[in-house]
Amino acid sequence: MLSEGSSFLKGMVLGGIFCLVLSLLGTFRAGIPSQIEHLHHHLKPHSKEELQKLSQTQMSELTEQVRVYCIIMVTPKILVHWAAANDTWSKHCDKSVFYSSESAKALEAVDLQEQDEWVRLRKAIKHAFKNAGGLRWFFVARPTTFAIIENLKYLVLVKEPSEPFYIGHVQKSGELEYVEYESGIVLSYEAMRRLVEVFKDEGKCPERSKALWKLSEEKQLATCLKYSGVFAENGEDAQGRELFNKKSVGSLISDSMAQNPSDVVEICCSDMAITFTGMSPSQMQVMMFGVYRLRPYGHNFHDSLTFLPPKGSDND
Amino acid sequence: ASQLFKNGVVNQNVIGCFCSHYLIIIQFNRSVAAELTQQVRLLCWVLTGPQFLESRAKHVHATWGKHCNKVLYMSSEESDFPTVKLNVTEGRDQLYWKTIRAFQFIYEHHLDDADWFLKADDDTFVVPENLRRLLSQLNTEDPLYLGRRFRPFIAQGYMSGGAGYVLSKEALRRFVKGHDDGSCTHFSDVEDMALGRCMETMKVTAVDTRDERRRQTFHAFPPDKYLLKQLTKSQPSHLLYEFYERVQGPGCCSDLTISFHYIRPVEMYMLEYFTYHLRPYGYKYRFNPEPRPNVINKGFLIKKVLSSSKIM
Repeated sequence: MLSEGSSFLKGMVLGGIFCLVLSLLGTFRAGIPSQIEHLHHHLKPHSKEELQKLSQTQMSELTEQVRVYCIIMVTPKILVHWAAANDTWSKHCDKSVFYSSESAKALEAVDLQEQDEWVRLRKAIKHAFKNAGGLRWFFVARPTTFAIIENLKYLVLVKEPSEPFYIGHVQKSGELEYVEYESGIVLSYEAMRRLVEVFKDEGKCPERSKALWKLSEEKQLATCLKYSGVFAENGEDAQGRELFNKKSVGSLISDSMAQNPSDVVEICCSDMAITFTGMSPSQMQVMMFGVYRLRPYGHNFHDSLTFLPPKGSDND
Repeated sequence: ASQLFKNGVVNQNVIGCFCSHYLIIIQFNRSVAAELTQQVRLLCWVLTGPQFLESRAKHVHATWGKHCNKVLYMSSEESDFPTVKLNVTEGRDQLYWKTIRAFQFIYEHHLDDADWFLKADDDTFVVPENLRRLLSQLNTEDPLYLGRRFRPFIAQGYMSGGAGYVLSKEALRRFVKGHDDGSCTHFSDVEDMALGRCMETMKVTAVDTRDERRRQTFHAFPPDKYLLKQLTKSQPSHLLYEFYERVQGPGCCSDLTISFHYIRPVEMYMLEYFTYHLRPYGYKYRFNPEPRPNVINKGFLIKKVLSSSKIM
């Protein structure tokens, strides 16, 4: 009796150790720096010189084509950020729609009546695609992100929206490359169309996953897109600087002061940056002044496209 | 004329013509900012001290300092930084002495190096290009004094020290003369107000530095203090001293802002990033002021050519 019991115990202990080692290895693998496995694509905007070669007609067509539908996912819990986004950067979207988990009296939104974040995202995407009108580019963000929509347009300027694009700051988890939600997700019309299609497939892209461990919405999105042949691309400028940031300007600068004290701003931060995250509503108001107004007199930029300021706005 | 030939090759930015006995050289394709830098020479001096070189002055030098034609860091000690050693001691009550000695030093050694003279703190952020634009419409031989105008104590107002203030060449001469002949004294250690008293005594005119839309260009506080629409009814304390009508919210601040104050190092680089780097592609700014007509005029160009004898 005793010997059987001790074998059983030994077996249990061995099995337990084996499981522990396996799970440790799993986490260790995810920590491997991305330099070793560098498979995702890098998407850069066209150079300004190349853009100047385009004709006037081509430029007008591009201005039409590059219009953006902003899908902003809110909850009443983050009402102050919702209000801030409403009063700041979202005014620069050609169409901005707030999608909420439940209705809030203070602000206008499409009430999805859904608590699950992934289901909410699916519903919002389906709604946006259906109501796109002539718009061909989509930007998904939470109101804690600050976006410079003009620079988003510059990034996708000569890209075909009838081709699948899925752009942002790319991260890797195991085999899956996904765009981080926090710093904003850009989707072309074709990517949206494929998504809406694959949403119907409960096998590949389930609405409510039966798995024990639920993946985050950003990873579920990436999985569904991957099944449709759409892969994540990292948005960068010509110097390789990130365009989609999940830190605030202050945070990036702080880090840069420690790492590159002799060239703080040039190294860390792109002239054509698109998003920053983790900023307070007050910081967003200051951002509007910093981005859309404050500048030194007498510097000439010969941009190929013109984007007009939004009507009825006083902080840009 | 020396710019016609650059490195032995004809400078493509310049064309010349012999037109009615004068060689007229017209420069184009050069940014307006570059033109202004040449024509409106700005000397910036920064009020600092040995204990602030690493923590503050260093970051001024890494950001806006280099946009001045000349920048001097005024301290009580010499250092590698480099600083100018003034005959003063450190301390809040020594600020006006430091200011007097700094202007005297500049008068003695740098009067001909610049057209205008800016005083700033080591926690002031300045946009020299926007200051030059303002100054380009004024004559430095007039006695003029510019900055963020405050009201009490002095009838014509005085300029906030922290927001930075500018003296014309004539104003500088009068300031130094005033302290030489006893018309101006160190009657107070409140630097900005005391200097304002001297300006009034020496009949130097305080200038309205607001832009074409009546928006302020010099600011005595960081941007968030002015830009956020206040919810409380009571007047925020920082606006009580204002000479002009107080504006809170986006109308507070000109697009072509010249300065902010109480700027910590991280914010120095942030403002540098917002001003000179980050921009919205293709955006048509709402405020597009006309270039000031005095800047590039025929008379100036012709004079420039005649005075250089390299070609003629």
